Amino acid sequence: MAMDAAGLHARLREKFGDVVGPLEGSGRNASATVAPARIAEVGEFLKTDPALRFDCLSNLSGVDYPKQGHIQIVYHLFSYLHRHAFVLRVNAPRDNPQVATVSSVWSHADWQEREAFDLLGVTFEGHPDLRRILMPEDWPGHPLRKDFVEPESYHGIPTSRESLLKA
Amino acid sequence: MLYQFVNVFVFFLYAIILCALMLGLGALLRPSNPQPSKLSTYECGEPPSGPAWINFNIRFYLVALVFVIFDVELAFVYPVVAVFKDWVTKGQGAFAFLELGLFLAILMIGLVYVWAKGDLEWLKRIPVEKPHPGEPVRRAA
Amino acid sequence: MSLINTAPEMALTTRVDDLLNWTRKSSLWYMMFGLACCAIEMMQTGGPRADLERFGMAPRATPRVSDVIIVSGTLTLKMALRTKLLYDQMPEPKYAISMGSCANCGGLFQLAYSVCDGVDRVIPVDVYVPGCPPRPEALTEGLIKLQEKIAQERWLVRKAEPVGVRA
Repeated sequence: MAMDAAGLHARLREKFGDVVGPLEGSGRNASATVAPARIAEVGEFLKTDPALRFDCLSNLSGVDYPKQGHIQIVYHLFSYLHRHAFVLRVNAPRDNPQVATVSSVWSHADWQEREAFDLLGVTFEGHPDLRRILMPEDWPGHPLRKDFVEPESYHGIPTSRESLLKA
Repeated sequence: MLYQFVNVFVFFLYAIILCALMLGLGALLRPSNPQPSKLSTYECGEPPSGPAWINFNIRFYLVALVFVIFDVELAFVYPVVAVFKDWVTKGQGAFAFLELGLFLAILMIGLVYVWAKGDLEWLKRIPVEKPHPGEPVRRAA
Repeated sequence: MSLINTAPEMALTTRVDDLLNWTRKSSLWYMMFGLACCAIEMMQTGGPRADLERFGMAPRATPRVSDVIIVSGTLTLKMALRTKLLYDQMPEPKYAISMGSCANCGGLFQLAYSVCDGVDRVIPVDVYVPGCPPRPEALTEGLIKLQEKIAQERWLVRKAEPVGVRA
């Protein structure tokens, strides 16, 4: 029923081979890295395979690693049927981050991927409605990137205020 | 009797004078500063988009239709009721009552028809097919 | 047709101004512009303990029928544009109260990329109520200060710079 991380990883490896990287971390943080273009197939398998049945994508978040030169998308998965959890990671190159969308597998990913696009600039191929969700439509840049520079003003409104503590 | 019409006329005059006074005083004492953004259509802060005339729910038409029919029926009942006392003193009260009852009964058949056909329901129930034995029940994914 | 800003200076106009100011300050209908936590305190100020109804103030939802807009909560740059339009759509005489640190100067979130540092970047503010969030008593004091401000306005007398016309 509930499989541990090693068992889940082994099952993924036997189906997908080298597309899935080695198991990193342990316990709740056990994760495996997947190639960005193949994440949709992996997701489909994880959802439909009877032994795995990951019916819930708890969270989809993005992390910016400027020194390693990639943006990582982290998928936290949970199975209500078998009560086991797993984490998948996808590394997309920073200059042109493109990842396959999993919104066809888990519909929750729709808005979460929009958020990753809005704040980190990751484009999800095959997404039905990829546009900004939190920032205004005409905002320049992606705020949560480490090299983001705040614009001086937005529609005439200055974005910084002088500190009143200065003499 | 004509004198009582003057009563109504004076009331009418009072109403006009009062409204004119209130609105006129307001127009004199309030600032007037029309700006293009102030005159724009209110859409919760967003710049207005789309037409102001939109499709309305067709159910309102049905409700209005049924209302008109029965309101006209009621309008026909009022004059009968107004002169009913005269008919009673003439000894023909029962006749008038039965005639009115016949009129109402005919229109009551109409009401029963509209009710039974489900035209008075706001949300109509669509009959759901029962699944055949052996077939899996369709559930949302 | 308006008599505003037309009359010569005399004792009678002062009396009329006093009467008009008294009527205006005794029935300040405020537009609830609750954006964040200060909104809860604004709701409580209208509640039974710190009653605003006793001052003649009633909460309204649209700018078209309100006299004062109480901006309570953090103003983001996305919202600031809409706030400007809503303030423009209020009919004169109109006033604005900035409630809480976030509406005064950006508050706790002044350095954030998405926050507009204070609502006075977009609309002219009459009264600033400090606090995070200000207690209902503090907001009531702010509204009473606004009443005192209204009591001193002179509308009827002709002036070079018309009073009450907010840019």
